[in-house]
Amino acid sequence: MLSQIRSRSVLPGFGLTLGFTVLYLSLIVLIPLSATFLKAAQLGWEGIWQAISSPRVLASYRLTFGASLFAATVNLVFGLLVAWVLVRYRFPGRRLVDALVDLPFALPTAVAGIALTALYAPNGWLGALLVPLGVKVAFTPLGIVVALIFIGLPFVVRTVQPVLEDAEAELEEAAASLGAGRLTTFRRVILPTIWPALLTGFTLAFARALGEYGSVIFIAGNLPFVSEITPLLIITKLEQYDYAGATAIAASMLTLSFLLLLPINLLQAWSRRRTGGV
Amino acid sequence: MLVAIVLGLLVLLGGIGAALAADRTLLNVSYDPTRELYVDFNAAFAKHWKDQTGETVTINQSHGGSGKQARAVIDGLAADVVTFALAYDVDALRVNGGLIPAGWISRLPNNSAPYTSTIVLLVRKGNPKGIHDWDDVVKPGVSVITPNPKTSGGARWNYLAAWEFAKRKYGGDDKAREFVTKLYRNVPVLDSGARGSTTTFVQRGIGDVFLSWENEAYLAQQELGPDQFEIVYPSLSVLAEASVTVVDRVVDRRKTRDLAEAYLQYLYTPEGQDIAGRHFYRPRDPAALAKYADTFKPIELFTVDEAFGGWDKAQATHFADGGIFDQIYAAGR
Repeated sequence: MLSQIRSRSVLPGFGLTLGFTVLYLSLIVLIPLSATFLKAAQLGWEGIWQAISSPRVLASYRLTFGASLFAATVNLVFGLLVAWVLVRYRFPGRRLVDALVDLPFALPTAVAGIALTALYAPNGWLGALLVPLGVKVAFTPLGIVVALIFIGLPFVVRTVQPVLEDAEAELEEAAASLGAGRLTTFRRVILPTIWPALLTGFTLAFARALGEYGSVIFIAGNLPFVSEITPLLIITKLEQYDYAGATAIAASMLTLSFLLLLPINLLQAWSRRRTGGV
Repeated sequence: MLVAIVLGLLVLLGGIGAALAADRTLLNVSYDPTRELYVDFNAAFAKHWKDQTGETVTINQSHGGSGKQARAVIDGLAADVVTFALAYDVDALRVNGGLIPAGWISRLPNNSAPYTSTIVLLVRKGNPKGIHDWDDVVKPGVSVITPNPKTSGGARWNYLAAWEFAKRKYGGDDKAREFVTKLYRNVPVLDSGARGSTTTFVQRGIGDVFLSWENEAYLAQQELGPDQFEIVYPSLSVLAEASVTVVDRVVDRRKTRDLAEAYLQYLYTPEGQDIAGRHFYRPRDPAALAKYADTFKPIELFTVDEAFGGWDKAQATHFADGGIFDQIYAAGR
């Protein structure tokens, strides 16, 4: 069996590389993740259920998943816009803008949180303008969304950008010469090409937002049932030396994330096959 | 996650171990607001130890949220001594790791708390909302800043001080619960730690009154000028005893017990007490307290032991999951 795989493979050394891959993945990802589930298992089914289904935890799931989904959707639209401008137009300072996109990656998220809070607090530059209009951002769920949009933006831009660069402008010209309007060209020619990449970017931004703690904690206000994210509840449990309870919530979040991300990945694989792979 | 934490700690400990090979060092793991205090105290103690024994010691300090620091020590941070915000966090070392013996609290005088603090009300200059006591804090329209008692040691003192005030004035736990519920209705932001709340009140300009450690209030006033904030002393507050102890498991392994014990005892000497007073912590020594009489206004103080039957009980009743603090928020949904 193994020799069969080996003989079919173009590159030599499959057995060794697979072994290394599995070992490395186990050490870095699988063992820590299963430790989470094992630690949670100490509570027993009833204890786990109690820990993960209290009204306060449920409220935090709604907020965390809702805000993450919303922020990822905003990033989907505006990330595409940014990528489009960067690829299709030449303007002074383009390279600088291109580099700026990566900043949310490099910035410690706590710094981002503090900066955003200072900006959107009622006495901050933007907050002072928004509060008279009745828009409160800092210390509300809206603030959480703002922070999540900030940290998620690079994912969409960086996954869509290379695909756009590869897409040939001749295709669009051909579409135009056959009588397609701009909207039709976008819908029938461009969107199918970049759709899988867009979905990937969306997934990454969504996944990143789910686990985000540092930037949100400063701007959220952290009121129970209102602006308390799930990662904060996990920290709260830890502060009470309740390791098992904390990991139970963490494990439930992992499971929920997996259940949400799996269909998106399947959809992505399906659309990739349909468009002939990009 | 656990494995990653363990691996990380091993690397960290290895690094510390290598650095420690030569002279003896001491690690004091403490909480946030004592940063400035121990910078001063460590220098004084190192000099004192050198004069006494001729040995040069390096004292390292680590600061963070009190509960977070306790967890780091339980998970393996090699603290020779811990100086936390409340006895409950120190006792966690005994309960969760067996790092210290039962009865640790009576190893040093005054419940092993060489200095104390209390909770005061910090208001904006001119006291525009007219806040003079706890009663004014729960009035409708007054915005109150305090951290989350689930994640902050200081916030638990705030909560208990308000509770005991109402219990004494209006009689009974039901009234106290009503009072505290009203108080938290007035809280627009629950930060996770005391320093975060200080920032919210001082830098972001949110809130009319900040329930603060006495020393944090003075520190905020000192850093930002007395023309911005006023400190209001309520009629009753809590005697916040910040407990310290030697971590037996660590000092026995690192052979630093003599040094660590001398370090903590030095906190009780006139010099140690004076340093505490200078950093706005109330000294236990009457002479040192008298010297800073201008700072520490006399105020009626109660202890958690006499009012709540100790920290374990207070924690279980009020702050544990499903406790009164949780119920307050669950009911107000």
